[in-house]
Amino acid sequence: MVNPRTLYEKIWDAHVVERRPDGTCLIYIDRHLVHEVTSPQAFEGLRLAGRKVRRPDLTLAVPDHNLPTTPRRDAAGNRIPIADPQSAEQLVALERNAPEFGVRLIGDADREQGIVHVVGPEQGFTLPGTTLVCGDSHTSSHGALGALAFGIGTSEVEHVLATQTLLLKQSKTMEVVVEGELAPGVTPKDVALAICGAIGTAGGTGHVMEYRGSVFRDMSIEGRLTVANMSIEAGARSGLFAPDEKTFAYLKGRPMAPKGADWDAAVAYWRTLHSDEGAVFDKSVVIDAADIVPTVTWGTSPEDVVPITGAVPDPMSFADPSKQAAARKSLDYMGLTAGQRMQDVAIEHIFIGSCTNSRIEDLRAAAALLQGRHVAPGIKHAMVVPGSGLVKAQAEEEGLDRIFLDAGFEWREPGCSACLGMNPDKVPAGERCASTSNRNFMGRQGPGSRTHLVSPAMAAAAAITGRLTDVRELLVTKEGMVA
Amino acid sequence: MDKLTTVEGRAYPFGMKNVDTDIVIPAHWLKTISRTGLGKGAFEVLRKEPGNVFDDPAYAGSPILIAGDNFGCGSSREHAAWALADLGIKVVIAPSFSDIFSGNAFKNGILTVVLPQAAVDRLMEVARTDPIHVDLDAQSVTTPFQDRFSFEIDPFRKHCLLGGLDEIGLTLGEADVIDRYEATQAQERPWIVPASAAAVA
Repeated sequence: MVNPRTLYEKIWDAHVVERRPDGTCLIYIDRHLVHEVTSPQAFEGLRLAGRKVRRPDLTLAVPDHNLPTTPRRDAAGNRIPIADPQSAEQLVALERNAPEFGVRLIGDADREQGIVHVVGPEQGFTLPGTTLVCGDSHTSSHGALGALAFGIGTSEVEHVLATQTLLLKQSKTMEVVVEGELAPGVTPKDVALAICGAIGTAGGTGHVMEYRGSVFRDMSIEGRLTVANMSIEAGARSGLFAPDEKTFAYLKGRPMAPKGADWDAAVAYWRTLHSDEGAVFDKSVVIDAADIVPTVTWGTSPEDVVPITGAVPDPMSFADPSKQAAARKSLDYMGLTAGQRMQDVAIEHIFIGSCTNSRIEDLRAAAALLQGRHVAPGIKHAMVVPGSGLVKAQAEEEGLDRIFLDAGFEWREPGCSACLGMNPDKVPAGERCASTSNRNFMGRQGPGSRTHLVSPAMAAAAAITGRLTDVRELLVTKEGMVA
Repeated sequence: MDKLTTVEGRAYPFGMKNVDTDIVIPAHWLKTISRTGLGKGAFEVLRKEPGNVFDDPAYAGSPILIAGDNFGCGSSREHAAWALADLGIKVVIAPSFSDIFSGNAFKNGILTVVLPQAAVDRLMEVARTDPIHVDLDAQSVTTPFQDRFSFEIDPFRKHCLLGGLDEIGLTLGEADVIDRYEATQAQERPWIVPASAAAVA
């Protein structure tokens, strides 16, 4: 009789190549996503040592971090030069390295290009029960499909390229349970922010999370991707959802997903991937869905959350003196004062995009509010950056691009964009952005930029009123119903 | 990775304490696509000072660096080790190192030698005029003047450096267990190869 195991333990056990006496394990990696920023030195290391990529067929390269979100080709199909020479160099390096090492590249002008964490699931590259890595911390996203997925550094990227393995120690487990039903206007992003607020940005450190409970069972795959994406903001390198019928329906027929008899065999295996009855988690967090409301951040850490109906907290209200000091510093940076109502905070920039919230459901949610409306006069710049070329095409087929453009938004090419401002999409110093991204760190969206993390619907609401806004107020006027 | 057994040559008598990785390689060098060529940026700020050891022709190309306490503190950037390697440095001798830097140095084939302050002071003196000899197998640092200092090193790291084995090289040394894993996986989970990749292959 096998002891009851958690989902994480099942995936881990299935990937142990070798166990060392000190408990370190050589773990097999089934999927490796590569982008242009953290891979050049890894490929160079292989080249210098005369090594090859062990499993190019399990590796997929997609540029995303540096790409401009303005058109990339002119009418003749030639590349429009990238202004920053170092960004251009990183892109060209990936375009050289991928074919040299036999790795499939989805290039900047391909329809399938996008943010690696959007492309992986979309192509069916991400599968339940696989181990998946990428040189990017938001690799946790892929846990939405039941993949054990986590970010790695450049040396580890090289190690995986050369050996298809990593030396790892097993993590602790943590269940995050949200039971009940989400109220109208409350989205997966609000759930993710609420979790960050509840456990803090170090709450999940050293743990792999598993999201359990009715809210997560009822959540769409895209919603789960949003939640799993932000596991890392709560300190966990990975966050898992047990694969279910929704997962299988989402994956079926995707280009890189199994086909025919392989599909049937895969689904049969995936059905075994859930935490057993009686499996023990090292830590457990339980949140009541009824307690989650539309949420915004006030500070410079994703744990600095407050209900949209709330106010900027007083730094002295925190028990921990170091948190008091951090809060004072945050408020100074953010240009906010304690007690100020969140709904009075004026916004100048709107960013709808990033690996957290740039999928079709995100764009639909924002467009639903923006239809027939326009951005407020105080908004200097509003833009939508779809997560991939396929998301963009789907949105255009549904006419969402027209809604955004008519509302005064820019409609851009896919990429990481203003989430981290490695490309020209930056928020100017001292200006304030309602952003659907994942990090509100100082300078994240550009030096001096001020970020308020929100859901796509809340970003649309802020665009309409020019200030942080409770989306439920707009739902009332638009749909004639009280949320 | 090159094997490291003995290193003989001049040493930079640097001696500075609490050298953080920002001093070793400033942040603006991090947007590079290469781990070679960073030697140009090594100690960039210090090299603006006249008379610095790094631009003194007497020490040009020295394989050894002698530093003060807590060398390599601060950011975890692996670029610091890459910069030293690119400068041609194979051994750094100091009274203490940051853990992260030691790890990064080791991954890149650089030996970090911890010696007491008095020994480091003596080596600084010798380095100004004469070469220094480091023997990893014997775990000793010697000078032409009969000085002999012994040092400790983790046996695993010693084994790796002597054999020129980097972590990747070591894992590749276990290729047969990885092969076996893949063979089992191909039987039990044949669907693991992405569909379109299988079609191409």
